[in-house]
This record gives sequence, C-alpha cells and structure tokens, in this order.
Amino acid sequence: MLSYAIRRFLGALPTLFIIVTFAFFMMRLAPGGPFDSNRHLPPEIEHNIEAAYNLDKPVYEQYLIYLGKLARFDLGPSYKTKDFTVAELIGEGLPVSARLGLSAMVIAIAFGVALGTAAALNQNHSGDYGIMVFAMVGITIPTFVTAPILTLIFGVYGLQLFGFDLSLPVGGWNGGALRNMILPVIVLALPQLAIIARLVRGSTIEVLRSNYVLTAKAKGLPAYLVILRHVMPASLLPLVSYLGPAVASLLTGSLVVEQIFGIPGIGRYFIQAALNRDYTLMLGVVIVYAAFVIALNLVADLLYAVLDPRVSYKR
Amino acid sequence: MSEPILQVRDLDVRFRIHDGNIHAVKHVSFDIDEGECLGVVGESGSGKSQLFLATIGLLAQNGTASGSVRYRGDEILGLPEWRLNRLCGSRIAMVFQDPLTSLTPHMTLGTQIMEGLRSHHHLPRDVAEQRALEILEIVRIPEAKRRMRQYPHELSGGMRQRAMIAMATVCGPDLLIADEPTTALDVTVQAQILEIMRELKTELKTSVVMISHDMGVIAGIADRVLVMREGDVVESGPVDDIFYRPRHPYTKELLDAMPRLENNEGVQTCAAPAADAPNILEVSDLAVHFPVHIGPTATKALRAVDSVSFTLRQGETLGVVGESGSGKSTLARAILQLLPKTGGTVVWMGNHLDAHKRDDLRRLRRDLQIVFQDPLASLDPRRTIGQSIAEPLQSLMPMLTRDEVSARVRAIMTKVGLDPAWINRYPHEFSGGQNQRVGVARAMIIEPKLVICDEAVSALDVSIQAQIVKLIADLQSQTGMSLIFISHDLAIVRQLAHRVMVLFLGRVVEFADSEMIYSNPRHPYTKTLLAAVPVPDPAIERAKLHLKLTEDVPSPLDSRAQLMFLKSRLIDDPDAEQYRPRLVEVAPGHLVAEHDDVTSAA
Repeated sequence: MLSYAIRRFLGALPTLFIIVTFAFFMMRLAPGGPFDSNRHLPPEIEHNIEAAYNLDKPVYEQYLIYLGKLARFDLGPSYKTKDFTVAELIGEGLPVSARLGLSAMVIAIAFGVALGTAAALNQNHSGDYGIMVFAMVGITIPTFVTAPILTLIFGVYGLQLFGFDLSLPVGGWNGGALRNMILPVIVLALPQLAIIARLVRGSTIEVLRSNYVLTAKAKGLPAYLVILRHVMPASLLPLVSYLGPAVASLLTGSLVVEQIFGIPGIGRYFIQAALNRDYTLMLGVVIVYAAFVIALNLVADLLYAVLDPRVSYKR
Repeated sequence: MSEPILQVRDLDVRFRIHDGNIHAVKHVSFDIDEGECLGVVGESGSGKSQLFLATIGLLAQNGTASGSVRYRGDEILGLPEWRLNRLCGSRIAMVFQDPLTSLTPHMTLGTQIMEGLRSHHHLPRDVAEQRALEILEIVRIPEAKRRMRQYPHELSGGMRQRAMIAMATVCGPDLLIADEPTTALDVTVQAQILEIMRELKTELKTSVVMISHDMGVIAGIADRVLVMREGDVVESGPVDDIFYRPRHPYTKELLDAMPRLENNEGVQTCAAPAADAPNILEVSDLAVHFPVHIGPTATKALRAVDSVSFTLRQGETLGVVGESGSGKSTLARAILQLLPKTGGTVVWMGNHLDAHKRDDLRRLRRDLQIVFQDPLASLDPRRTIGQSIAEPLQSLMPMLTRDEVSARVRAIMTKVGLDPAWINRYPHEFSGGQNQRVGVARAMIIEPKLVICDEAVSALDVSIQAQIVKLIADLQSQTGMSLIFISHDLAIVRQLAHRVMVLFLGRVVEFADSEMIYSNPRHPYTKTLLAAVPVPDPAIERAKLHLKLTEDVPSPLDSRAQLMFLKSRLIDDPDAEQYRPRLVEVAPGHLVAEHDDVTSAA
C-alpha cells in the first residue's frame, strides 16, 4: 500500500504540471494585463513596471521563468497586492479557510451520516420523509440566501430564547473566535450535510437489503451492533469517494461565505485574482487547490482499502 | 415422546406490495422433534424460505405473520426484537444459500464467528477464540488459525459455506435452519457440506431443517419431509413414504423431474448422429493461459485450459463436466473466439479460426451461439424480450424486413414455449425458467450449427431444469444442430450428451461415450464426481459411503496440482516442471488420463 501511495504521489507531479501549464496560458489568453487599470501612468513607467515583472518578454519565456521559480517553490510576487508575495497571501488566508472548511465538514459528516442512516432505517416512514425534505431544502437553497437569513435572526435581531442570549456577531473573523465561527460554519455545512445525508441514505438502504445483514440479524446481534459493524463500513464507501473533492473545495475556501461574513480566507482570491489578471496569485491558488484535490483523492482511495478488504493496492 | 423443539401452528405469511397482497405462506402447521431433520422441498416461490424467516421473526418490513410458533413450549411469534435476539443465533441458528453474499465482506471470519459467542455468552476474547477454533475443526476447515484472520472473498465457495455453518453452530444451537445451503455449490462440495450437516445432526443432536428444491439433497439427510407449493404444504410424512409412496401428484412430479444417474430408461432424449456424420468442429491442443501476478513484477501462467483436443460431429452433443475452476467456461469462450487462445487450433468446418480476422468472426457468429448460465443477468433489462431475441437476426441477417424479423421472433417464441403475445415484455416480468427460454430462443433464432450451453440450467429449479433440457433436446432433433453442453452436474449431462469429457484443472481426465463413462468410469476423479451426485432415493443415499473430503480443489497455479491422481510421478517442488499425465485409450473411444491405478496395472 505504501508503494502504491508513493507511485500515486509521483504520478501526481505530471498532473500538476499540466494543470499549471493550462492555467498559465489560459490566463494569458484573456485580454488585458495586471497593470491595465493604472491608466494615469505614462507609457515609460508602465513599460518599466512590466519589465520589472518580466511581462515584456514573450509568453513562452515568461512561462519558463515561472516554471523555474516554481521548481524552487517560489510562487512569485502578487501583481496587485503590493509588497506581498503570493506565498504570503496564501499562507495567511489558507489556515483561516481550512479551519472554517474543516469544521463545516466535520459537522456535515457527523450529522449527515447520522441523519442518512436514520432515514434509511425508517425507509418510507415519516422520519425518512422529514429528513429527506430537510435535505432537499439544504441542497436547493444557496448559501447566499441562508447566510443573510441566519445573520438576520442571530446577528441583527439577536435572538433571545428562554432568557439565553443567542445573539452572534454578524461577521468578521476576530482571530477565529468560536462565536465568530458558528454562523459561517453552519452556512457552509448545511448543503454538504444535506448531500451526505442523501448519499448515505441511498447506500444504507442498499446494504440493509443484502444477505449478510440478514445473517447478522439471524445471529441475534443487537440492532446497534448490526448497524455499526455490518452495515456502516459498507454503506459509507460511496461517501468516501465523494468526500475527496468535497473536502478540497471546502478547505480552499468558499467565496460566497467568506465575502458575506467578511472572513479573510483564500476563497476571495479565486475571483479577485482572475478579474484583476493577478497572474501569479491566480496560479498560486490554482496550484494549492489542485494539490488538495489530488492529495484528498489519494486519501479517499487509501481509505477505501481500509474499509473494504476486497480492494487491494498490492500492485 | 418429549415435547417438540419447534411447534408451528397455522402459520400465515402475507406481504404488502404496491398493488395488493402476496399470500406467501398459507396456514402451515408442523412439528420438529429433538435431533430430527425436517426436509422442506418446493420450487422457488413456494414460500419455503419465508416460512422459516417468519418463524424466527426475520421477515422483511412489509411482511406480516400470524398463527403460532412455539419453541420448547414458549410462544415466540411476535416477540419484541430484543427477546428474539436472545434466541436467534444462540438457540436457533440459520445458514443461508449464497455463502459469498451472506458473509459480511469487510469483517474477518474470526470476528464474524466469535461475534455471536461474545454477544450471547459474553465470553472473553481468548475463550471465544478457542471455541471458534474448535468449531472450525468440526466443520473441517484446515489451518483454522490462519482462516480466522481471512476475509470471505479470500476463501472458496465450499470454505465459505463451511464457515457459515461454523458461525451458525458456534453457540451450540438446538435447531439449525439451512436454507438451500448447497444450491450454489459444486456437487463434490455439496457432498462435503451435507456430510457435515449429517454429523451435526447425529453427533451434536442438533435438529436440522433442510430447505431445498433438490429431492436428492433431501433424500440423504431428512427424517421427515414437507412438500410445499405456492405457500401450501401439499404433502408431509416420513422420508420413505414421500419418496417411495408419494400420494400427491406434485410430489411425484418433483421426483420425476430429478435427473438420475442409475437408471437408463428413456434418458437419452436425442438420437446419436449417424456414423457418417461429418466432423464440424476439430479442436486440437487448445490452450488458454492467463498471466497471474504473484509478485511486484513476477507473473505465472494460470493454465485455465491446457491442451484439450476433441472433435464434434454434426448433430452430436458433447457434455463437458467439471467443478468450478476446471476451465469449462474458458474452453467454451476460447472455441467461440471470445477469448484469445494461447496455443492450439480450432477448426470449424475446415477453416482455421483466428481471433484476429474480424470478417471471419462475423460469419462464425451465424453458426456458433451460446446460452449463458444466469438467464436474467445475460439479458439486457432495458430491452423487451422480443428485441433481445431479434438482435442476432438484425445484426447477422440485415437484409430481413421488420415484418420478417417479427414473424421469425414469434415463430421461435412458440417453438421454445413462450407465448408470442409476450413479445413486448421485459425480462424482470418473467421467471428464471422463462428467461432461459428467451436465452435459448435468442441463440436458436439464426439457426446456428453449434450451440454451446454454458451451465445453461444450473441456476434453475430441478423441475424447470428438466423442461429446459427437454426443450434443448427437442430443438436439436428438429434442427440437427450440434451441442456442447457444459455443466457441473453429471446427471443432467447424461440426459443430453452422446459423449462426455471430464475436465480437471483445465485438462481432460476422461473422455468417452456417455454410456461408458456412466457405467464404467475409470478415472478416480470421474468416480468422485459420480459418487457426489445426490440420488433421490433415501435408501441409496443412506447406504452411500460418505467421502470425508476436506481438501479444496488445489490451486491451478500450483504445478503439482495436476498430479493429484498421479502421485507416483510427482516432483515435490511447487515450481518444478512437472510430468503431464497423458491420455491413454483403455477401450475404443474411451480415453483416460494416466493415474496411479491405470499406470501401475499397465
């Protein structure tokens, strides 16, 4: 399994290279450049700035220079956020986004798996219908709707219940204080939770119908043991393959939620960098995201082998 | 006489489905005494499984049971789950049909076997482990310690079913309910499993319920028999009465449907081909090897088919017999060029077949057809049976008009006993037997010269098997086609085959006229296969010397395996180039592979 992991890791390098190449040239195909909005500059100064960033050279040369720096783990300076390198920007934003995303994912998995399993066990009864309606709502209502509504209830009105103060801040990061994290985490977790619940419900129903569950019941095992030991390792398999990309996208930040709650994560860089033609920042974010997707998919595949002994990576 | 272990009175099972009710079991009553084996016979859908699932409270959610079930005098029907859980697995245990899907794939055997002990008797781990090892010994699983750490997919079918039995009996139940425990297994493995069940009954005094559609299985083990049909018990009584003096016509029907080895009257349903019938297929030294990875870089050739030669005449039926893993299906696929061959030649009507010539292959498909084992799985569920049957016509005879195609489809449907009005129905609307008729119709519609039936009836109930076998025989005498009939069941092959070839690990061990092989089998492997076939006659079954085989068929990767019957030439080194047993002609047309008896006599 170790050799499999190493081979997969080595296989990821060319993949990353292709992604970087593709992103690099796609960015250059878009019209404009990072300094186009600085219209008031005289052409000589503009030319000097471009020369400083090697932007006056032919594109293939710029590409080679970028690759050369990348090989030394240098993501270059940001063209727009002066005095910051891309590495510094990502280094500041990523931990914030990752903490937010990871908390949301943990909550989504815990409640999603519990709700999905509960729904499957009550298939076609009121409990099942209730959970599935909730899940459908969670999937269809976008975060930019849930976020303002929750902010309104808990933040603006400052909900009071049985004498408890349930009010929460409307936004800001505040160094990652728990009170500031609650609302964005819930908003981020809701749709994921709903998707996971539906996924788990489907696979659990299938596993519950299998012969080995009947065998386990015929052994006279208490219901909770049947579910924990015989059903769940099998019913969670589809979830594992879903989680790889899902965790990657949550960890690397959510533009909408970070904007609404004013959180200094890296989600906003995705759009800002693209709109501003901040080439280096854009590429840096793409590389981080791609690395996460590749790494988490590998983790998912390895987890698969742990959950299902029939999957073997011996070769 | 003491109180019965299980007393079932007036048990009724119904299922709610979206468009009404299914009355699966209709007011059934019976007793099971201590140490007794009750055989329950019936076709699929007769309610025999549901009857016992209801008894121990394991009906599906949409099922309801009414009546009375008493275990040692106490009513257990309708008990809450936690009370039933004390009984299930500990006092009453169940063994299910398919040992692969009935074992949890992600748990080791040891954990699964000990689980019941730990949960019912709260034994500490080491004591439970000791007990589990003992029970594995009883069901004759070799290397029990290692097996405990293995997962179900790492074991053979027979091993899995033994593990299943170990799991069921580990808590020492006094009632074991076995639901078709041997149906998915080879005859030889079936014989071993039945032997283990017999021992449980006689040595541990466990009462056994044996549910099966196979009268032969029931004959060998049951003391009393219930015959079920459509939820009713149509006849019940001591085993000898049921087998020798059946009263209900349905019981007689079931008995008549059994293919038999021992009597000759009217079994051969198709006349032998004329002596001057031309050879249409000549296979010589056919070999199919698969590379198997045994290390990071090393591979070893698995000899799935190893120099097999035979000829087939027009109108002749060749029976190919062997256990799973003997290379029967690989042989069929290699002949049809569905698999690349490693060596040897296949000559069809004077032409060498080569997998690379695509035009040749297309013409070949017109003459060669195949009927697969699992009728439902081999039909496209999204196509009507009419479309499935018509498909070979459309692709191989594109000049036909739609009306002609439709007329031919209807004609062949009538021929195979399907109502042409069903032409627009889907496979899931039919029973297994009907779907296999569709499979036969699809193979026959372009009037091929050779049809290969790959375990075509193995997945079907015995009574349906008989119908399909008769259908195939009738079609053969009408069209004069040749057949290769592949099966693990010697008794079925006897009904159709003119000549029989017995395969063991990819090599022919015996090849002779049907008559000779059944009356005078020479190779020990053939004899084992013949002895393993259950006979629907309690007296014969009881008198049988039961073979205490514990070994699985050896791995085909081990080059020593081929010499299992020729130990005198064995070089005891797994990697050595071994002697290959040759075929010796012991009588005209009767070829037997060298084995220790023959060679020492010669």
